[in-house]
Amino acid sequence: MTTRPADLELLESMVHQRRFEERCAELYQQTRIRGFLHLYVGQEAVATGVMAHLEPTDAVVGTYREHVHALLKGVPAWQVMAEMFGRVDGCSRGRGGSMHLFSAEHRFYGGNAIVAGGLPLAVGLGLADLMLQRNNVTVCFFGEGAMAEGDFHEAMNLAALWKVPVLFVCENNRYAMGTVLEHSHAATDLAQRAQGYGMAAVAVDGMDVHAVLDAAHEAVRHVRSGDGPMFLECRTYRFRAHSMYDPQKYRHRDEVNAWKARDPITQLADALRAQGRLDDAGWDAMLGRVDAAIEDAIDRAEASPLEPVEHLTRHVLTETVGAAS
Amino acid sequence: MTCRVAMREALRQALTADPTVMILGEDVGAYGGCFAVSDGLLAEFGADRVRDTPLSESGFVGAGIGAALGGLRPIVEIMSVNFSLLALDQIVNNAGTLRHMSGGQFSVPLVIRMATGGGRQLAAQHSHAFEGWFAHVVGVKVWVPATAHDFYWMLPAALADPDPVLLFENVSLYALDGEVHPTDPGPPPEQALVRRPGSDITLVTYGGMLPVTLEAAEALAHDGVDAEVIDLRSLRPLDDTTVLASVRRTGRAVIVDEGWRSGGIAAEVSARIMEGAFGSLRAPVGRVCSVEVPVPYPAHLEAAARPSVEQVVAAAHAALRNEVMS
Repeated sequence: MTTRPADLELLESMVHQRRFEERCAELYQQTRIRGFLHLYVGQEAVATGVMAHLEPTDAVVGTYREHVHALLKGVPAWQVMAEMFGRVDGCSRGRGGSMHLFSAEHRFYGGNAIVAGGLPLAVGLGLADLMLQRNNVTVCFFGEGAMAEGDFHEAMNLAALWKVPVLFVCENNRYAMGTVLEHSHAATDLAQRAQGYGMAAVAVDGMDVHAVLDAAHEAVRHVRSGDGPMFLECRTYRFRAHSMYDPQKYRHRDEVNAWKARDPITQLADALRAQGRLDDAGWDAMLGRVDAAIEDAIDRAEASPLEPVEHLTRHVLTETVGAAS
Repeated sequence: MTCRVAMREALRQALTADPTVMILGEDVGAYGGCFAVSDGLLAEFGADRVRDTPLSESGFVGAGIGAALGGLRPIVEIMSVNFSLLALDQIVNNAGTLRHMSGGQFSVPLVIRMATGGGRQLAAQHSHAFEGWFAHVVGVKVWVPATAHDFYWMLPAALADPDPVLLFENVSLYALDGEVHPTDPGPPPEQALVRRPGSDITLVTYGGMLPVTLEAAEALAHDGVDAEVIDLRSLRPLDDTTVLASVRRTGRAVIVDEGWRSGGIAAEVSARIMEGAFGSLRAPVGRVCSVEVPVPYPAHLEAAARPSVEQVVAAAHAALRNEVMS
């Protein structure tokens, strides 16, 4: 089992995630990133708390809001950035963009733009681990919007039926794009719904990284020990727009501000300050390190070339066979 | 042996040869397969490897994709193409795209078998022949065995392929008998084959329409017409070379396809003949497809909706008169 990261490391990781996403937004406004761009700002405690417990051999299946999950799985930031720039050194050779980050080396399986589309894949990855007797965990992230999809139902039933080693992490940020939880689901206790599949399930405050760490520690232990799949609902909030074109007519500023008051980064930083473990100098030094690393990633990504147009039809089928006519 | 037994033996061989091969699907185990293809395999290989699934086509096709990503060689059986529509998102958006979206990092070595075709009075929702439709999708392969030999040998070829292969097994063929060479697979699945050589006209078909087309060719022979019959075998990729070489010799072509006419694989083959053999054509390319109606239940109406030997013969005669049968 991985050792629990120190608080200052957790803080620096979340600050790095936040600044990375904010720089992505700026780069989008400068038209250096295009397509759809979904940012994780506000939700950092979830991926940070869950993924702290993963081994390199564990697998992660993400959603289209997955930059941070890729970074936490170990995909180098410059390769994530290069992917968003559409460059050949991107973690998917530039073929996927923001919504389709992949890394075989890091067992990071995307990056899926179809809501709930990744859940059955996670069941299959878990089935492979089960049948090949590998002690891996597959963590599948999805939003509460995915729980209205048929694939959620089918995947949960299959996972519980076959007792696959998969941790389902619901990032409940309350909005399926612009539709609030109560307008998407008749039964809004999501963990209780998961229990209906015969699966262990708990809910946790997704704005508190320590709470997520504790709950995920137990959940990953449960899954890795062969007790079958588990469901973890993390109640969180996205501070920014769904994507980059979103006037946010569906929620009131007061609601956003109330959640921002529970910002996972501010909460942890304030606690550390109160304990005398962080001061202004320490904070500034942290920001400096983080920003320098991100600027370096951007520069390195910018230096990567575009794939030649002559390569257009590559990577459709395996290269030895060649593209289909 | 019959096509059904040929596929069962191919599955048995695959499960025996490779411990990572597994079968996944509705009623593949205890029931023995809806069409009795996997009958007996549960007892031989156990419930982990011959794994019954709940009625969750999208879920178990997606799980098959994930299992393939995770190092297994799953053979997913979708009971019939009719139910594959419930799994279309997983096939198109995951199986067909993961290699490309990941920049070539991930293979999806998945085999999906499904029964296809009508002719059994099962009405509109249970009589589809959508293999041509799937052939539109980039990133998957669409193979259609039409002989017992191909039922047997296309499965190991599909398992050896690192990309997702959809195998369409026409239900009308399961009871068809044929020779299976025990050691020689013959030409690869993606090569079209001349099943009957001829010099006057090229009849292009695949799958369940091969017996119909061969029978039509025999009828044409009685009329003094020497028809060549080509079995496409693979709809994606499509072997233009064999088709064009034949049409360049005969100058005439009729395509026989169980799918609906508009936007179907027959239209694609016709377009490729026009593009590649325009100068050799002595008549417009003809098509014999299913009539554009949801398949009706009554036997006489269903029969009228499907390509028949008589229609193929009539279309060939029309082409020989430099006309198109409307």
